[in-house]
Amino acid sequence: MPKEKFEILETACVPLPLENVDTDQIIPARFLSATSRDGFGDNLFRDWRYLKSGEKNPDFVLNNPKFGGKVLVTGKNFGSGSSREHAVWAIYDYGFRAVVSSFFADIFKNNSLNNGLLPIIISEDLLKKLHSQIQSDPSTKVRIDLEKQTLTIISTGDSVKFEINSYKKECLLKGLDDIDFLLTMKDQIKEYENNKSMVK
Amino acid sequence: MVRSIKDGPDVIYIDRHYIHEVTSPQAFNGLKQRGIPVFRPKNTIATADHNIPTKNQHLTIHDELSRNQVERLAENCKTHGIEYFGLNHSKNGIVHVIGPELGYTQPGMTIVCGDSHTSTHGAFGTIAFGIGTSEVEMVLATQCILQPKPKKMKITINGKLGKGVTSKDIILYIISEISTGGGTGYFVEFAGSAITSLTMEARMTICNMSIEMGARGGLIAPDETTFEYLRKVPSIHGVNDFDKALSEWKKLKSDEGAVFDKELFFDAASIKPMITYGTNPGMGMAVDDSIPQSDTKGGSSSESFLKSLNYMGFKPGMKLMGQPVDYVFIGSCTNGRIEDFRAFAHLIKGRKKADNVTALIVPGSKLVEDLMKKEGLIKVYEDAGFEVRQPGCSSCLAMNEDKIPAGKYAVSTSNRNFEGRQGPGARTLLASPLTAAAAAVTGKITDPRELLNN
Repeated sequence: MPKEKFEILETACVPLPLENVDTDQIIPARFLSATSRDGFGDNLFRDWRYLKSGEKNPDFVLNNPKFGGKVLVTGKNFGSGSSREHAVWAIYDYGFRAVVSSFFADIFKNNSLNNGLLPIIISEDLLKKLHSQIQSDPSTKVRIDLEKQTLTIISTGDSVKFEINSYKKECLLKGLDDIDFLLTMKDQIKEYENNKSMVK
Repeated sequence: MVRSIKDGPDVIYIDRHYIHEVTSPQAFNGLKQRGIPVFRPKNTIATADHNIPTKNQHLTIHDELSRNQVERLAENCKTHGIEYFGLNHSKNGIVHVIGPELGYTQPGMTIVCGDSHTSTHGAFGTIAFGIGTSEVEMVLATQCILQPKPKKMKITINGKLGKGVTSKDIILYIISEISTGGGTGYFVEFAGSAITSLTMEARMTICNMSIEMGARGGLIAPDETTFEYLRKVPSIHGVNDFDKALSEWKKLKSDEGAVFDKELFFDAASIKPMITYGTNPGMGMAVDDSIPQSDTKGGSSSESFLKSLNYMGFKPGMKLMGQPVDYVFIGSCTNGRIEDFRAFAHLIKGRKKADNVTALIVPGSKLVEDLMKKEGLIKVYEDAGFEVRQPGCSSCLAMNEDKIPAGKYAVSTSNRNFEGRQGPGARTLLASPLTAAAAAVTGKITDPRELLNN
């Protein structure tokens, strides 16, 4: 089913310079009892974002009015642990459209690409630079052009080309869906099944 | 593989698809919206495990959202003709425990489930990995999935394990060496004499936690131990001629001289009983060791490292031996099999649960629970002051009532020590069933070898 197309982004960033952020932090298990994909953004980073009293934690970046924007800039190995796609739904529902890190956990990366959230991998050096840039000037904007596969820090002019496989790029740009693609392959799949059962 | 897309992922056919209540409802909703049926319902097997109580399972599930989720799975399975081992079914249990014990997991298969610990099934020489809900929908709709080709890693562990050292310690040791992201992008084959000498249950523990080093999956080539396990399984689903299947399974091993993108070697004799001290499974050490000053192996920043220790209430350089423990949990898809409960029982037999410890003893499946009864283990647990619960994922992810309270320490045989994993504010120390049992009877972190020697 068609999804939102990935357009050029020009936006400020939200920095979360921690490593190994697991999907249990992104969305704790106690919020996984829902049977729809909606509304997970309210509980994004729930236990970091709210104090035990239920009040907002003023020290957490999502509660800091200085920072905003559609890009989450994280630390290495973001999205490790549980395969819960709810983590991606929460990030997307909150309003992010891209996540930047030096590397992502595999399942999280696949889940992101399947939901129109762009995982951008940049070098550790550039990631460090981007973080310090955002810290010193929270209004720092980046421009993300998926067609050209570039991420540019607008104020410094630093620009980098990021990798994405061409099939997934096409899907994001056109808002296409893997299932629609796979459904067009039904005959080939049946043929594969027939060949397989003959081998047995 | 059905088809390879140029510069894109491969189209992979899935032989076995396991589903559970938490990551499937949105996938079934998707099918409904598209107006399409499940393509191959016979290839999918369902169970309720993540979101169920471990007490009074015969009663209605108390929590409304949880109940609704389990009911939805039952309805979806009924509508689409999917085999469902629901709550109170004699074969119910944790998805990665029942798949192998019921003969659904077989060498050479491609296996997926909307659960990262699907890597467990790799112990049988399968290509098994966890997927997201969009991918669950893909498999339901077409029995296929799109996957990028992973890199290949081989980890060889030779030598003999010391007394009191289990397969859980092997995998915690490896992850502590290569870090929680050290396997990202790889499919890992485990080999070597320390691996081939393990039982199937112990091999499953290793493959189960390959995701905890970031690996897409982990596998072990099938051998006589695998075939012996399969011979004892009451029925191997879809296999009528065991010998014919066996001759196919025997062909499944890496080619001589196969090239891996990365190879690692470890010596089993240098592995001690392990425990984790931080908030990811890579933050582990020998139980009698001291917490390091920084994350030298994982390379995390001091900010992340200290945030983690602060959450745990620990400091760099601290020893954990003798630290009081509040909770002990044995169970989960990592250590919820009969052998794990035997090991725990072996250590607690003739001893008593420490007064300061609350223990959660949760079998991985109904069949495991039945075996515990048959072998007299339930009595061993009860005599030592432990209560045995009913099967489920329980405190491993604490979706149900089995939560560890904030600030409390739990020695847990599960797979993740993430912040809040076992309940908001809970502090988890991952360990083997033996180390958990030692903590349960002494009330503090204890080297299990001290009790085994007595």
